[in-house]
Amino acid sequence: MRVGAGPAAVDVVGFGFRYSGRPEWAVRDMDVRIEPGERILLTGASGSGKSTLLTAMAGLLGPDSGDARGAVRVDGRTAVQARDRIGILFQDPESQLVMSQAGDDVAFGLENRGAPAGEIWPRVRAALDAVGFGYPLDRSTHALSGGEKQRLVLAGAMVAEPGLLLLDEPTSQLDPDGAELVRAAVARILADRGTTLVLIDHEASPWLPLIDRVLEVQFGSTQGRPESGRAGVLELAPRWRPTVPVLPPRPSAQSRSNGTQGLLRPIGSTQGVLYSNGEDPLLRAAGAGYSYRADTAARPALALTDVELTAGQVTAITGPNGSGKSTLGLLLAGLKAPTVGRIVASPKLAGRLGDRPPHRWRARDLVHRIGTVFQNPEHQFLTGRVRDELSLGPLRAGAGDRAAHDRAEELLQRLGLHAYADANPFTLSGGQQRRLSVATSLATRPSVLVLDEPTFGQDPVTWAELIGLLAEARDAGTAVCLISHDARLVDGFADQELRLTSGVDHRQTAGFTGPGATETPRSSDDQLGRNPTK
Amino acid sequence: MTTAGTVTGTPPAVWLGRINPVAQIVAILAIAVTALATIDLLTPAVLVAAELALLPAAGLFQPRALLAKTWPLLLSAAGVAWVNLLFSASGGWDWTGSAALALRVIAVALPGVLFVASTDPVRVADALTVHWKVSTRFAYGALAAIRLAPLLVLEWQAIRLARRARGVDAGRNPIAAIRLFGGAAFALLVAAIRRGSRLALAMDARGFDATAGSTERTNARGSVLRSRDHLYVAGAVLLCATTTAVSVATGLWHPVFSS
Repeated sequence: MRVGAGPAAVDVVGFGFRYSGRPEWAVRDMDVRIEPGERILLTGASGSGKSTLLTAMAGLLGPDSGDARGAVRVDGRTAVQARDRIGILFQDPESQLVMSQAGDDVAFGLENRGAPAGEIWPRVRAALDAVGFGYPLDRSTHALSGGEKQRLVLAGAMVAEPGLLLLDEPTSQLDPDGAELVRAAVARILADRGTTLVLIDHEASPWLPLIDRVLEVQFGSTQGRPESGRAGVLELAPRWRPTVPVLPPRPSAQSRSNGTQGLLRPIGSTQGVLYSNGEDPLLRAAGAGYSYRADTAARPALALTDVELTAGQVTAITGPNGSGKSTLGLLLAGLKAPTVGRIVASPKLAGRLGDRPPHRWRARDLVHRIGTVFQNPEHQFLTGRVRDELSLGPLRAGAGDRAAHDRAEELLQRLGLHAYADANPFTLSGGQQRRLSVATSLATRPSVLVLDEPTFGQDPVTWAELIGLLAEARDAGTAVCLISHDARLVDGFADQELRLTSGVDHRQTAGFTGPGATETPRSSDDQLGRNPTK
Repeated sequence: MTTAGTVTGTPPAVWLGRINPVAQIVAILAIAVTALATIDLLTPAVLVAAELALLPAAGLFQPRALLAKTWPLLLSAAGVAWVNLLFSASGGWDWTGSAALALRVIAVALPGVLFVASTDPVRVADALTVHWKVSTRFAYGALAAIRLAPLLVLEWQAIRLARRARGVDAGRNPIAAIRLFGGAAFALLVAAIRRGSRLALAMDARGFDATAGSTERTNARGSVLRSRDHLYVAGAVLLCATTTAVSVATGLWHPVFSS
C-alpha cells in the first residue's frame, strides 16, 4: 500500500454547476457527506444532474467547463487536486480503452502518474487478477467482448489504487452476461472496503446487495421540467427499491404452445384474433446468411437462418454477441443483401415492386414498407429540428406537405415532445432521442418495423413509453421485429423468439419445425396476397 | 504472442517488427533520400530489389495480402510512368525514364508499407517518446486515435445504412449523391468528435493530463536500442552508399536538379 491509500471521504458542500454557454444550472444546492468505505447508489430522474455530480466528484469539471459554486472535496482536498485518488468508469468501454493490448492499457494510468517502470507490471497483474480478467497481458483489446472490455477498463482504474471509485452507468451498453461480469468484478474489488463507491445505473436492482445508501439527486434547474422548487440531494429510505415498468397487456388470449420448437420459441401465439384470415408472413428470411467477403473461409457473420415476420406479431431475435443478430436485422430491413439465401417480401408488402428483393428497393419505397431503428439514434437523425425529423419520412415516401406536417404534429403530441418541436435532435436527452428515433420510423406507418436493441440503457420511464409505442404499432397490424438482450422485454412482449447461436445453421438443425420450415411450401398464390397496398 | 489470427489483433512477431521503430525510420529516410536524389534506373531498381527481399521479414508472404496492401502504391507508380510516357519532353517513347520514375515511387513508398505491416504502433509511440523525446501527449493521443479508426469504419457503415432506412438515397442523380455523401461525412465527423472527447475525458481521468504538470510520465515497456538496430541502420546506409557509388561509377547517376 502506498502513502495516502485507503478509502476516501467525499464532502459535497453547497455545490452547484452550470456548463459554459448554458443559462440554467445543471445541479445546485448539493450537500452530502460520504464516509470512507461507503457504497452509494446515486439515483434521480433523467436529466436531474446525476452525471454532472459524479463528474464533479471525479475532478473532471475544471474551471473551463463552466461556473461552479461551493465545493466537492475528496479527503479534504478539492476533487481536481485529489485526482490521483479517484478512479472512474464510464458507459462505453470503446471510448475508454487506449492501447491495443490488455496489459498496456492497464499500465497506461500508472505510466501517466510516473510510477517506476519496475513496479508497473506486478501492479498490472494484481489489478487484472482483482477484476477476474482471465487473459494474458498481450491479449488484443479488440478481441474482447463488451463485458470483458469494461472489466479491463475497471482494472485500469483500480491499478492506481484509488480511494474513491465512481461508476457512471457501467453496464448500460453491455448484454446481460457482460453486465454480470462487471458487477461481479466490482463486488470483488469492494470486498475489503478499501474503496469508497459512488454508482449510477438505470438497472439498479442487481446492484442493491452491494449498496449501503441510496441518494436521490433532485432537479437543480428548470430545464425540461416545470420548476420543482426543490434541488439538492435527498437520502432515500433504506427499504428503497427501483420502480419496475409495467408491460402493456397482450391483445390476445394466451394460448401458449407446449414446449419449444427447435430454435424458434413461441411465447404465446396470437392465433385467430388479429389475423384470423390466416395471413401469410409479410417478410421472411429463407435460408438467409451473411459472410464478409474478406474471410469467406472464416465463420460467417450470420449462419443460414429462417424466420418469418407476421402482421400484428412481435418477433424477438436473441442470442450472444457475434451470433449475427444485428446482421439478420439489417437483412430483414432491406439494408444489406444476404450473401446466401433470400429475403422474401410477400406481395402484400411489396405491392407493385413485385419479386424484387427488399435490398434492391429504392429508399423511398423501402421507408413506408420496412422501418428500421438503429442502436444509436444519432446515426439516423438527418435534420436540424425535431419536427422536420418526423415529417422527413412521410415526405420522402411521397406524402404531401400537409399530410407530412399533420403526421409530425400527431407524433409530437403522442411523444410529449411538443416543447422540443423546434429543438435540434442532437440536443435531446438520451431517452428523448430514443423515442424520437422510434417515432421517425413509425411516421411512415411501415408494415414491418425492425429495431436493434431499442431498450439499451433506457431508464424505466423511457422503457415503458417505448413499449407503449411498439404495442400501438403492433395492435395496428405492424410486424415488429426486436433484436434484443433485454430478457424482460423478450419474455413479456414478444410472441415468438428466435435464438441465434454462433455458427449454427438455424435452418437445418434437427428438430426445427418453426414456421420458417413448415410454411415455406405455402407461397404467394394465396388469394389474400393479391391485394397490393397503395 | 498468443492471439495471432484475431481480426485486428496483435500483429505477428515478424522479424522486422523486432527492429526498433526509430532505427526503421532512419533507414527509411536514408533510402528515400537516395532514391529521390537521382532519376536513373539503376538506383531505384537496386533499392526495390532490397526491399522486396525484406518482404518475408515483414510477414508479407502471400501475394494476395501483399497486393491488398500495395495496390494504391502500384497504381500511382503506373500512373506516374504512364503520364511520363505520354508527355516526355523528347517526344519519343521514353521507356527507360518512365520505368525509372515508377520504380522510384515504389522505392520510396514500399519501406513505409513494410513498416506499417510489421510494427506495432504502441512500440512506435514508445520509441519516439523515449529516444527522440516526442511529446507523450501527442504520441499516445495519436495512438488512442488509431485505436478508434476501425470503430469509425463501422460508424460510417451505420450512418450510410441509416440514411437509406430513413428513405434518403441518391438514385442515379450524381448531385444528390454528392450531397448525401457530404451529409453522411458530416455526421461521421460529429460522431468522431463526440467519441474523441469522451475518450479524452477517460484518458484525463487516468492521469494523462498530469504530464503537463509536475509528474514525469514513465514507460512500462521501455524502448531499447540493441546492436541489431544499429546493424540494421548501418546496413541500410551501406546499401544506399554502394548503390549510389555503383550508379556514379557506371555514369548512370543523374542528380534530380540537373538538366
